[in-house]
Amino acid sequence: MDLLEYQGKQLFTRRGVPVPQGRHAASVEEAVQAADEIGYPCVVKAQVQIGGRGKAGGIKVAQNREEARAHAEAILGLDIRGLTVRELWIEEASEIAVEYYASVVFDRSAKAPLLMLSTQGGMDIEAVADEDPDAIAGLHVDPLLGFQDFHGRRLAFEAGIDEDVVRPVGAMLAKLYEVFVAEEATLVEVNPLIVTPDRQVKALDAKVTLDDNALFRHAENAELRDLSNEDPQERMAKERGLTYVKLDGDIGILANGAGLSMSTLDLVAEAGGSPANFLDAGGGSKAEAITSAVEVILSNPKVKAVLFNIFGGITRCDEVARGLIEAFNQIGAGGKSIPFVVRLDGTNGEEGRALLADANLPNVFIESTMDGAAEKVVELAKQAEAAPA
Amino acid sequence: MSILVGTETRLCTSGITGREGTFHTLRNRDYGTQVVGGVTPGKGGQDVDGIPVFNTFHQAVEREGANTAMIFVPPRFAADSILEAEDAGIELIIAITEGIPAHAELQVYNTLKKNGRARLIGPNCPGILSPGKASVGIIPASFFSQGNVGVVSRSGTLTYQIGNVVAQRGFGNSSIVGIGGDPVPGTDFIDVLAMFEADPETELIVMCGEIGGDAEERAAEFIAEHVSKPVVGYIAGFTAPPGKTMGHAGAIVSGSQGTAKAKAEALEERGVRVGRTPTEVAELAVSLLGAGSAAV
Repeated sequence: MDLLEYQGKQLFTRRGVPVPQGRHAASVEEAVQAADEIGYPCVVKAQVQIGGRGKAGGIKVAQNREEARAHAEAILGLDIRGLTVRELWIEEASEIAVEYYASVVFDRSAKAPLLMLSTQGGMDIEAVADEDPDAIAGLHVDPLLGFQDFHGRRLAFEAGIDEDVVRPVGAMLAKLYEVFVAEEATLVEVNPLIVTPDRQVKALDAKVTLDDNALFRHAENAELRDLSNEDPQERMAKERGLTYVKLDGDIGILANGAGLSMSTLDLVAEAGGSPANFLDAGGGSKAEAITSAVEVILSNPKVKAVLFNIFGGITRCDEVARGLIEAFNQIGAGGKSIPFVVRLDGTNGEEGRALLADANLPNVFIESTMDGAAEKVVELAKQAEAAPA
Repeated sequence: MSILVGTETRLCTSGITGREGTFHTLRNRDYGTQVVGGVTPGKGGQDVDGIPVFNTFHQAVEREGANTAMIFVPPRFAADSILEAEDAGIELIIAITEGIPAHAELQVYNTLKKNGRARLIGPNCPGILSPGKASVGIIPASFFSQGNVGVVSRSGTLTYQIGNVVAQRGFGNSSIVGIGGDPVPGTDFIDVLAMFEADPETELIVMCGEIGGDAEERAAEFIAEHVSKPVVGYIAGFTAPPGKTMGHAGAIVSGSQGTAKAKAEALEERGVRVGRTPTEVAELAVSLLGAGSAAV
């Protein structure tokens, strides 16, 4: 789960990472009040989970109340690369002498946290890594040992930051590591980490990704989801406990197992089609789950055809077929005139296909191979596109 | 021969009294696996269809000589259960549980590595099947027969799909190893590739990868240097958008890292044939094996 800047900064405050003072606002009035409390000059910052907010006009400095109001009015509702701004963070303006970059990353390859520090702050760090990899100092921390002060010193000297701030930057790295471990994050990034003219060290931005699997033991973090910009299908799927990812295409997909689901998307793309979603119905694939899944898939108005790709292992295909028939009866999926291609193979595949054939569901095409099913659904989607609406 | 599980396996299931734990442990026993016990704290002294239940792994090791653990407990208890099995001296731990926090996996991985006593397979994996000998986990054993194709995979259903096509062409398997879809697997492709290379029964290896991380890229390098047997690869997730977790916690393209394209290219550059579809993987495997047996 990716956090918004202000949510990340609230975690920072909880763990003692120095950040500029700020207030949250969801309306123009709240923004003006927050700005008055903070004092002027202050910065009005759009809260959306995307980079390049400044260039898009989402970050502006206000010298007085009138400007704060004008900026809040301009930024609230602004569309930044497809995301609508619904929240603001009003922050005291910071004077910047130097900008650095600092992060703690969950390095799955090394199976250890990776600490990074660079003097190239305020830039796209992937670009820095490509163009000038030596500009980023990095080291792995043994997760059984945890952060030690020498880690901070070593990084600070290797990165070549100003010597008078080696100690406070090292202290901030220790705190960022504490955020990373205590909040069970997979990314904690500060870009830029600033040094003010009076040599104070602060995190001017915060990018935090939390591990979804750990939210059960961080109840307060589980509340932080950015519901305002969540895709409606993705939200619906989450509420029903389904693993769903929205994509751009027009072919709805349901498969069982993450690997087979991904492979099904790839096969549809190979056959010239464009998947509308990823949906893993999971191992059980009981009738109820299938009904839910069909509802979520069909709630996406772009969907022109649907592919079910089930390989029964422990799951029996006859059970899946019963679930599908029940789903059709309950929600009248066939009535929406969207064609379904159903591929059932594996345990009790023949029985499952026979059940479906007997049920004689409208607009349902039964296939026994994955390749054949992918080709069929692409053909049907193209027909639907060609036909007048 | 086979790898990891076989006739020497003495299995003990953590979470044996749970619904899934009972169901799959009994299936494993029906297949012929020696199941010597189960662990559920507080239920020691009971039995599950004749299988003794212990309060701790330590008791299961002491009294029944358990050497393999299967972890079926929910995510919040799973890391602790793995560490208990390791502490008790179990050599092979197979964790089926999905949803263990990544930081807990990091602690487990590094603790096991430091102690150097136990191998962990998974978490979030379907287990291991050595056809004709033993099955530990949830792999539907009926599709597979004994043979010379070794399979190692990050996913479950996709493995059954590919294995089934291979089986339909008349080939069997030495072992099928699911290493799991989490970001910190206890055992990686490289470990299993080395075991298959050393296993006399295995003549060809099928390796199923997916987006996320760099395990496939590292495996490609390892294959080029250390694997003499033919390897056929498959990568799932060409159409996955960056930044989205595709079902498995570990299946995510981060920025430009972990794409399917980069993985397939890394394998192909090292001479590994990569099938574009599961069917093509099976066909490649069959053609390579056919050529091999024709030469004999």
